[in-house]
Amino acid sequence: MGKRKLTMRRKESIYGYIFILPFIVGFFAFTAGPLLFSLAGSFTDYNITSQMNFTGVENYQSLITEDGLFRTSLWNTIYYVAFSVPLTTIGAIFISSLLNQQVPGIRYFRTLYYLPAVLSGVGVYLLWMQLLEPGTGMVNLVLGWVGIDGPNWLYDPDWTKPSLILMKLWSVGGSMLLYLASMQGVSKNLYEAAEIDGASRLRQFFHITIPMITPVIFFDVVTSTIGGFQIFQEAYIMSGNGEGGPANSLLFYNLYMWNQAFENFNMGYAMAMSWILFVIVFVLTIINLKLAPRWVHYEGEEK
Amino acid sequence: MAKTNEETKFLDEEDKIENRSVPNTKLRYLEHRGNRNNMWRIFNFVLLAAGSLLILSPLWWMFATSLKTMAEVMSYPPSFFPESWEWTNYIRAWNAAPFTTYTINTITITTFVVIGSVMANSFIAYGFAKIPFRGKSIWFAIVLSTMMIPGFVTLIPQYILFSNLGWVNTYYPLIVPHFFGSAFYIFLLRQFYMTIPTELIEAAKMEGASHFYIWWKIGLPLTKPALATVVIFSFNGAWNDFLGPLLYLNDENLYTLQLGLAVFKGQLSTQWNYLMAGSLLVLLPVILLFFFFQKYFIQGINLSSGGK
Repeated sequence: MGKRKLTMRRKESIYGYIFILPFIVGFFAFTAGPLLFSLAGSFTDYNITSQMNFTGVENYQSLITEDGLFRTSLWNTIYYVAFSVPLTTIGAIFISSLLNQQVPGIRYFRTLYYLPAVLSGVGVYLLWMQLLEPGTGMVNLVLGWVGIDGPNWLYDPDWTKPSLILMKLWSVGGSMLLYLASMQGVSKNLYEAAEIDGASRLRQFFHITIPMITPVIFFDVVTSTIGGFQIFQEAYIMSGNGEGGPANSLLFYNLYMWNQAFENFNMGYAMAMSWILFVIVFVLTIINLKLAPRWVHYEGEEK
Repeated sequence: MAKTNEETKFLDEEDKIENRSVPNTKLRYLEHRGNRNNMWRIFNFVLLAAGSLLILSPLWWMFATSLKTMAEVMSYPPSFFPESWEWTNYIRAWNAAPFTTYTINTITITTFVVIGSVMANSFIAYGFAKIPFRGKSIWFAIVLSTMMIPGFVTLIPQYILFSNLGWVNTYYPLIVPHFFGSAFYIFLLRQFYMTIPTELIEAAKMEGASHFYIWWKIGLPLTKPALATVVIFSFNGAWNDFLGPLLYLNDENLYTLQLGLAVFKGQLSTQWNYLMAGSLLVLLPVILLFFFFQKYFIQGINLSSGGK
């Protein structure tokens, strides 16, 4: 090992760090720094303008023991995650299994089913507010055709969260593509062998397709759980600019945190909330990771 | 037996087998299988077609509503087809709020976000993919772990930071962070860089090229398809961002289309024809982008899962 080689390696190292420097700077400025600040701030009564006194665990204490709206927002969010994650996962798997067949026009079908996934933002929320209008919207009109008297959707506290889940179901295209790609990767031999053995389509689906795509299901469940806990924009718009909807039924965790931080300027309090959320999401991710070996099937080199 | 093109495609595989000499029982079995498969295909097709109607109907409804008169919007039961097509709704909606200003503002922000995302993430990803250095795997693990952090945890301190810098009511908070890379794009581009043979870079280095030069002259051009994905995703993200502008912009002259739409909703409340016209106009660039560059959307999704 010559001296030249050593300096070469050193030079490469310097280059390496120069290249990832933007990330490192950004990480400290926009992620690690803020994380530490909010952890420290969560133990204060910081209100951005005048005060920042250390108050110990007071924020956490009053959040957990006194704040009814905190509990409501946490409950709303858990409700939303508990229904939207399984429903969108099942929906995406179902659609992608249909799209994984050779039928005429399959390319067009794939494009169409994916389209809603790229549409997002206020325009889409406004569209769904109109679709879900009890009297003049499309959803209840169509339900009426099959004899169902549609609910009051966004006006009925029991139906506001299902409204949002319905909207989410419309745009499952993103994860659908993930499933489709992984279904196309399943070896044809497996299906042929099963067919010779006389296994029905359904049996093949549950005993070959599903086990083979479990890594993607796992990925999807983890990311959509993290995403689900952060629901904000749709609730903000669809509940009339952050008011939380009828009977606070759309007051999701982040929406309540937003109101505390940027409406009431209880920054310390809001930062305590954000850390509770962080811990919840972290614990759920760990649980997901721990449960994974029981049901996720990794094949050979595919890790 | 004459078959249509589609049918031949379906039966391709079976035909190939049938043409070889196979035992009689197996042949009969395959015939049976062929019929069963066709049944499934028809069933499948019908389901998919019905599903497409469900998927498309909201978009059609948006379009139809945007053309209705106010009286028709309010009439019960609503209809799928406007009685008279009021194209002027679009002009009226556009002029009811400063949408032209909003559009210019949105384009400004989006342009900078896209440039920042492409340059920064490509630069960083090159470092992770093509330069060996100590501590690389730790830093890459840090990159990935930032994806797990809920955005709201850093949102409040970031706001405090930017407001101390005097950046509230400017576009800086919406643009500057994008020049420091983000985990998703770094990961995506790194995956793509990994497919470029290292020999290519080694050869350039032998010629005396620096890593900057190689990144600029070889890295950027060769990763164009992946960069297209970054362009489209970051465009989409910036165009549709509501949270950032809501937090940082107070001056109405600085508003973006998303904020503008929200304000518009506040003003018009149930004038759905104008609201749908405005929404459709805001969504239009994204829809067009999707139809023209569909391939890159799909590639982005596939790359992000670590797949092919």
